[in-house]
This record gives sequence, structure tokens and C-alpha cells, in this order.
Amino acid sequence: MALASVLNSDCADFSFDTCQPFGFGSEPGQSSLGFEARSLDGLSFSVKSALSAGDEDGVERKIEFLHGTTTLAFKFQHGVIVAVDSRATAGSYIASQTVKKVIEINPYLLGTMAGGAADCSFWERLLARQCRIYELRNKERISVAAASKLLANMVYQYKGMGLSMGTMVCGWDKRGPGLYYVDSEGNRVCGDLFAVGSGSMYAYGVMDSGLRQDLNVEEACELGRRAIYQATYRDAYSGGQVNLYHVHSEGWTRISQEDVLMLHQQYKDQA
Amino acid sequence: MLSMQNFGDNGKMKDYHYTGPVEHRFSPYAFNGGTVLAVAGEDFAIVASDTRLSEGYSIHSRDSPKCYKLTDTTVIGCSGFHGDCLTLTKIIDARLKMYKHSNNKTMTSGAIAAMLSTILYSRRFFPYYVYNIIGGLDEEGKGAVYSFDPVGSYQRDTYKAGGSASAMLQPLLDNQIGFKNMEGVQHVPLTKDKAVQLVKDVFISAAERDVYTGDALRICIITKEGINEQTLPLRKD
Repeated sequence: MALASVLNSDCADFSFDTCQPFGFGSEPGQSSLGFEARSLDGLSFSVKSALSAGDEDGVERKIEFLHGTTTLAFKFQHGVIVAVDSRATAGSYIASQTVKKVIEINPYLLGTMAGGAADCSFWERLLARQCRIYELRNKERISVAAASKLLANMVYQYKGMGLSMGTMVCGWDKRGPGLYYVDSEGNRVCGDLFAVGSGSMYAYGVMDSGLRQDLNVEEACELGRRAIYQATYRDAYSGGQVNLYHVHSEGWTRISQEDVLMLHQQYKDQA
Repeated sequence: MLSMQNFGDNGKMKDYHYTGPVEHRFSPYAFNGGTVLAVAGEDFAIVASDTRLSEGYSIHSRDSPKCYKLTDTTVIGCSGFHGDCLTLTKIIDARLKMYKHSNNKTMTSGAIAAMLSTILYSRRFFPYYVYNIIGGLDEEGKGAVYSFDPVGSYQRDTYKAGGSASAMLQPLLDNQIGFKNMEGVQHVPLTKDKAVQLVKDVFISAAERDVYTGDALRICIITKEGINEQTLPLRKD
């Protein structure tokens, strides 16, 4: 499996044998992708008790992974706009307000992060490595379709084992702007517009009402920013700052990073 | 350790006539408490932890610090399940040695953080129940703090609290070091002495309100001169 082979190469003694029959199919706390807890068949530890330690004091102490988000991306005539929030939650505790949810795979490919923070950053970092290997072997940049397929195939091997990842692979290749949604369930779809995360419904509302094909770059950025802002306003698990990127034919550019509080003041003054 | 789930659960009355089979559940994890904190300054970093090791209603030890020295410029603080903390630090030490032998140089803080992320993720389906915070100096000599979740997601911060009292300490740090959302306040850069005093005050407060934090405070101050360790007593109750 991909995970074992990568980790085997550097640390011979510390590899984890992923061929064992037990897998922990539960993601405690919130899952923005609606992932369900599974019970195990066969040997070893029951899923729920293994991941919840020390119940005797009455407080359920689960191992909390980082979760909760709003991310969106849409295509328009000048490329792809990618906008994300920056909040990471562990249960109901806000672990960080300054998480980077856009992963720069290479100078012309971006990946967004929604779901389990460790899952997204690990697999997308692995994707960056695979894309680089492709470039070296084929002397040509990898296409967005191929990159997203690589990611989808990597995580498909772990389907049902509890990975939680909902990502959008955005880039520009010889076919023009590319946008794919890939998740840990095995979905991989091409589209013009996606929003992923616990705040995605709010973002869809704003985006759908404002999206036209003839937007210019300024207007498209503002639409993405507004959509994330509205999602952070209504979704408790989204917040922090709005990070905005624009993918065009030369690659991607970081447009802005604005605190949601500043945006709130700005929109209030405008109204 | 056997999970304590069968011992008079939650004050419910036990059925005296029940003689059938009882399911005993084995939990591979235990929660041993403890709080860790790290602060990064302009040219220093501080990693502090309490020294209480507890389980359930008992205290196993009053002198079990949670800071472990990795290199001359890096200290890691680990809290959560003590068994996993010990194994994880052993693994990190071994990997540091391997790196030193193959690359003929000591690992930098950033490199240790990236490596720890992959070590934690390699156990994605049976995680190390440890909340890690690495504090040290980066290649330019500036203070760096890296905070992790149990499966390896990490980021660089200026300050971070982890462990049982983290939810109490983090807001206080946001206010005193980050000046978050405060109007009309001058952002003064943090000096080493002020940072050490703040860390002491913050742990004294944590010991007041968190049962798993107390006994003593171990502070490691990392500067380019080396690592200076101080111990301060805290509430023992």
C-alpha cells in the first residue's frame, strides 16, 4: 500500500504493517463529509472504546483530530478562484485560527483541505511528490486530471478505514483551467463549481447567486471572498481568515488573506 | 491497564441478581493528564510543562516532567498517554541519531517537526495518543513553536498550549501574547524575562482549576547559548 511503501523507505524498523485485518473506521467528533462510524468484525479492539480513553471520570475523552471548514473553488473565464477559511477545530475547541488550508502542490497546481487536517496535508504532500516524479519521468507537467486521479487512487486503497478528506485539485494545464473534487469515499468529479466542508451550503448560496461566466478577476475574487465570509458568519466551525488564490495560465497567485472581522466591518460599512 | 468502565459506572445502581456474563473491555489507552506550553520569542523559545502524572482519581508521580530535550536547540513537550509519550520520544531520539549518522549534521527544528508529522501519521489507524508541541530555534536563530495533533497535522505558531488544561491556557495566551481582538493596545514584543514570568503565572492559574495539572513546573528556556532548565513548585492538591 502507498502509505507503507513511503514510510518503509526511510525507517526500516518503524513501518506500520497495513496489511493487518483491523482498521479503525471511526472518526470521532464532527465530520464534514458525513462519515459514519463502523463496527469491526474479527479480532482486536472495538473501534469506539479504543479511541475513547479514560471514561471512568464521567467525561468522554476522545482523541480529537482537527476538523471543520469551508472551502470553495470555481472556474470562470480567467481561470479558477480558490477561497478557504482558516479555522481548525478539535471537537468544540478551536485549535487554531491560522491554518493554511490551501496546499501548494507545485507552481501551477493547488489542493484544498477539508475534513481531517492530518489526512489532507499528508496525502496532498504525497501527491506533490508523485507529481514531481511524473514531471521528471515524462519531461512534461502533469495535467490536473492526472493529478486528481493519482490522489483518488491513493486514497481509494484506504476506503472504509476512516480517512476523512474532501479536497479540490485546481490548476491550469494544456486543456485550460481544471477543477476536480476528490474525496476519501472514492469520488472524483470534474466540475465548474464546488464548495466543501461544514459551511459549504452557505457558500453555495452566495456563489450560485453571484456567479456569471463573464466576471472579471476583481469581481470573481470578491465573490469568493464574500461566499467564505458568509459561511464563517453562519457556520460555527468555520472562521479565522479568508485566504484567496487565483489560478491562471501562468500558474497560481495568492491574492489576499483577510481576517473575517475586518471583512465584517467592511461589509457593514458598505451596506 | 484495564479500562475502568465496569467499576460502578456513573452512579447507576448495579443489579444484585445479575449473574450472567459481563463484557470486559480492554482499552489500549489511558489518560495520564498533564499540560504543556511553548512560547517563541525573537531569539529564544520556552517549553514548559507540569510534572504530575495521574490516572483517574490517582496521582502516580509528582515528578514526571513532560519536556524532553531532543537537540541543543530543540525541546519537545508531550502530554496525553504516558506510554505513547515514552515510545514516541524513544523513536524520535533514534531517528535523530540515524539522521546524524547519514547526513553528518544535527536535525533542525523544522526538520524534526516534519519528521514527527510522518511518524505520527504512520500510525493513522492506531494513533499515538500524544499531544505534542516542539519548541526551539530555527536556522536563523529565531524562536519557533510547532504544534501537532495526535495524527500528525502540524503548523508553526508563536505560542501554543497543549494537554489537559490547554483550553484554559490558550485564551490567556491569545490575550497576553497575541493581543487578539483588543482595541487600542500597543503590541510590545515579548522579552525573555517577561515570557518566563508569564509562563509561571499561567501555570499557577492552570493548577488552580485543572485537577490533572499541578505539583511542579519545569521550564526549559532555549537560547543560542543552550538550554536552561528551571523548576518551580505548584499546588500539590
